[in-house]
Amino acid sequence: MAFPDRIERTLELAHPPERVWAALTTAEGLGTWFGNRAEVDLRVGGQATLAWDSGDTATLTIERLEPPHVFGYTWPVYGLPDSDPRRTYVEFTLEPSGTGTTLTMVESGFAQLPDAEHKAAFSGNTGGWTNELGELVAYLDGQA
Amino acid sequence: MDKPDLEAVAQEVFAALADPSRRGILAALAAGGPATATDLAARLPITRQAIAKHLALLAEAGLVVAEPGERRRIRYRLDSAPMKVAQQFLAALARDWDGPLAALREHLT
Repeated sequence: MAFPDRIERTLELAHPPERVWAALTTAEGLGTWFGNRAEVDLRVGGQATLAWDSGDTATLTIERLEPPHVFGYTWPVYGLPDSDPRRTYVEFTLEPSGTGTTLTMVESGFAQLPDAEHKAAFSGNTGGWTNELGELVAYLDGQA
Repeated sequence: MDKPDLEAVAQEVFAALADPSRRGILAALAAGGPATATDLAARLPITRQAIAKHLALLAEAGLVVAEPGERRRIRYRLDSAPMKVAQQFLAALARDWDGPLAALREHLT
C-alpha cells in the first residue's frame, strides 16, 4: 500500500504568470475556480477563507508570498476532526513558459508523524471522558 | 516511527474494519465506553467466543486496549490513534486537485 505524503500536479497555462497569480491569490479568483466565495487577507501570516455552496469552508494560513512566483499556505487535513492540529502545506510555483505559465502545485504532509506532543494531547482526549466523569462522581460524592 | 510503520498501522486498521462484526464492536465501544467481552456479547448479535477473537485482533491492530483486571472481567476501551493514521491515508485520496485545477484552467480562458 503506497502511503501518499504528497500530491503533485503540473499545468501548462496559456496565460502570463501575473494573470495566474491573480487567480490564485485574490478573493475574486479563489472564489471562482476554487470555492464559491472567498475572503483573502493577502500577507504572510494572513488568512484566506474559502466557502462552498455545500456549506463546507476551509481556512488557509498564508506561509509564502513571492509574487508572481510562489504562493504557499497550510490548511486542515481533510477528514480529520477540527481539533486536530495537523495541517498540510500547499505550494503553487509559477514559472514563465513562453507567453504562458507552468504552474506546479504540491500538497505535502499527508503522512505526518504524530509527534510526541500530539500523542500526549490525543491520549488526554481519549482518557478525557472517563476522567471528567470520574471527577464529577467524586464531586457529587463529596457534596452528599 | 518510519513511514512503513504508518503503512502497517493503516493496513491493520483497514483489515480490522473490513469485518462488520468488528465494526459493530468498535461502534459499541465508541458509543458506550469501555466494556468486557461479556457486556459486548449481551449487546451484539455475536457469541462471546467470537467477540473474544475479534477483540484479540482489534487489540493487535491497536484499536482497542485491554484495561488491567481479573480474567473474565477485563474491560476493553477504544484507542483511536491508529484510526487517525488510516484517516491520513484517506485524506490524501480524498483531496481532489484535478477538479479545481481544471476549473482554474477554465477560469483563465
